[in-house]
Amino acid sequence: MSEPVLEIKNLSVDYGMGPDAVQAVRDVSLTLHRGEVLGLAGESGSGKSTLAYGMTRLLPPPGVVSGGEVVYHPQDGAPVDILGLNRPQLRKLRWSEISIVFQGAMNSLNPVHKVVTQLCDVIKAHDKRSTPASRRARAAELMKLVGINTDRLDSYPHQLSGGMRQRVMIAMALALEPSVVIMDEPTTALDVVMQRQILTQLAELRERLGFAVLFITHDLSLLVELSDRIAIMYGGRIVEEANARQLYREPLHPYSLGLLKSFPALRGERRELTGIPGSPPDLRAMPSGCAFHPRCPRAFEPCADRDPVLAAPEDKTRSVACWLHVPGAGRTAENSTSSTTARS
Amino acid sequence: MSYLLRRIGFYLFTAWAAITINFFIPRAIPGDPVQSMVNRAQGQIDSNAIHSLYVLFGMDTDQSIFSQYFEYLGQLLRGDLGLSFTFFPTPVSEVLGDSLPWTIALVGLTTIVSFVLGTGLGVLVGWRRGGWADLVLPVTTFLSSIPYFWLGLIAITLFAGDGGAFPSSGGYDPGVTPSFTWDFISSAVLHSVLPAVTILITSMSGWIMSMRNMMVTVSQEDYITVAHAKGLSERRVMVSYAARNALLPNVSGFAMSLGLIVGGTLLMEIVFSYPGVGYELFQALGAKDYPLMQGIFLVITLSVLVANLLADVAYLALDPRTRREG
Ligand SMILES: Nc1ncnc2c1ncn2[C@@H]1O[C@H](COP(=O)(O)OP(=O)(O)O)[C@@H](O)[C@H]1O
Ligand SMILES: [Mg+2]
Repeated sequence: MSEPVLEIKNLSVDYGMGPDAVQAVRDVSLTLHRGEVLGLAGESGSGKSTLAYGMTRLLPPPGVVSGGEVVYHPQDGAPVDILGLNRPQLRKLRWSEISIVFQGAMNSLNPVHKVVTQLCDVIKAHDKRSTPASRRARAAELMKLVGINTDRLDSYPHQLSGGMRQRVMIAMALALEPSVVIMDEPTTALDVVMQRQILTQLAELRERLGFAVLFITHDLSLLVELSDRIAIMYGGRIVEEANARQLYREPLHPYSLGLLKSFPALRGERRELTGIPGSPPDLRAMPSGCAFHPRCPRAFEPCADRDPVLAAPEDKTRSVACWLHVPGAGRTAENSTSSTTARS
Repeated sequence: MSYLLRRIGFYLFTAWAAITINFFIPRAIPGDPVQSMVNRAQGQIDSNAIHSLYVLFGMDTDQSIFSQYFEYLGQLLRGDLGLSFTFFPTPVSEVLGDSLPWTIALVGLTTIVSFVLGTGLGVLVGWRRGGWADLVLPVTTFLSSIPYFWLGLIAITLFAGDGGAFPSSGGYDPGVTPSFTWDFISSAVLHSVLPAVTILITSMSGWIMSMRNMMVTVSQEDYITVAHAKGLSERRVMVSYAARNALLPNVSGFAMSLGLIVGGTLLMEIVFSYPGVGYELFQALGAKDYPLMQGIFLVITLSVLVANLLADVAYLALDPRTRREG
């Protein structure tokens, strides 16, 4: 595996301060390697967006990062902790190194400015020597990159379809050739056909330009196709991390299996869709032990009392936080491990 | 464009309706201006003269109401608003010509300054919550809650009269004649300070409040987060993204308040005996000077309509979503 480009180390994010604070992201560590697609999946409310906003210091109040580090490794030069940068340093790093395509892509464009203005202002902000002509040329190039006719440059956002707007956002994210693009549910609001088109295009662009992607979605089946590695989030924690094939073939955490069974696969064999019973945990009243245990079909003795740590089971290429995979955790642990390899 | 044409059509219709109502209302009100004039003259006017007075005021009882109406419309088109009773025989248009500039200059300028300052403060207060900015709103809200009449009287007591720096009434010193001389202009400016400042104090908090609220709403929009993520400077995000969008409702409010310049400052002009339209309206009401009242109402109505049109144009110019074609 190539060198890391972005390392999240023990990141925690709270909403609110003092006794009213709820912890939406708990001690999350993730590593994004240069050029790879890392998928992050989890039910809605599991803290995916909070993680994305927290690591880029875009958290709206009352959100605060309560601990951890986010280390960015520039192509050349020493690693920097994003959380420790001052304002000008942070502004400089933003978009030129790490860009973001947001969940609410429909509203990500400023309604009162033309598309070209919004593509150019970011170039201008980061490249003081650029001229209006050079910026416009670059904007046109970007539009072609995502397959939009350049006569759309002078359109206002409301004159574009949802799919086009999302492509403009992708074009914008690539404007400064960043090393990392974070995508938070970039296609959730689009219909399946449009979703398909955009993801195909994204894969091509990534191949061509070599940026790394942190792709966030609640739809695990989508990630399976798209990502190199996948991390599964539940109640603000990473509960499983593995490469995409492994995770699809052999999910170790019962929650991962539940997620896989919640969405139809875009391609390949059909799984029976069952979903996960119950609802996501209330951050204000997290269950004791493993946060998933009240919903877990395979919960056993230690689950309600002790919190499992994220650790590698037998082999070292993946990790999971589940008592089922801790040898000797409970009387029934040994024989259940074999049966978790539930294939569809 | 067709949208704008439709709006203009609508305003023309409204203007016509207003003019028509303006014609009928004084005729429907009990009390006859000519008769009250005759009474004041205590029988020294003969019946011929009385009849010609009726004709002069466009209330010729021999004519049908319809021919009176059309005559009235014809006069309006020629800019003839009839003769004022109180300043008889000065034409109403001339009386208005004397008072309008005062109101427009003072209240117009004040309205613009109030809008610019209030909106600017609102942007800052809405953007950086916390710190000194949080004090602006309570203070201005308190000031604006003082009834204007009180504020005016307090201002006069504190800053005018014996030993005060400012004159308490009028538009200029009675000693100077209106002309383009330093004496006159400095006198007029000095007289306008208290009225202007008191209007500013009461009107500005409205702009601050609405702009602040819009800024708070807009700053939660996704495109603001995107603008931050793009690494744009704080200033650029605030001005070109947040304020630019938050401004839209305030701009139409501003256009409306331009329309109220003429009619909306009655109180100020009474408190400061300012020689503007409001003061004139006050006098006209007291004297049952129907032609003058009609003239003033007409000017007020038309300026409100023009302001509405301005608001439409401003919205079209500022918000691309209202420009439907394309
Ligand atoms: N502004 C906020 N104040 C308090 N809690 C919040 C706020 N925003 C999100 N949360 C909580 O944080 C948790 C994670 O939310 P989010 O990161 O949006 O999840 P996801 O993106 O996975 O759907 C949720 O339980 C949500 O209720
Ligand atoms: Mg989300």
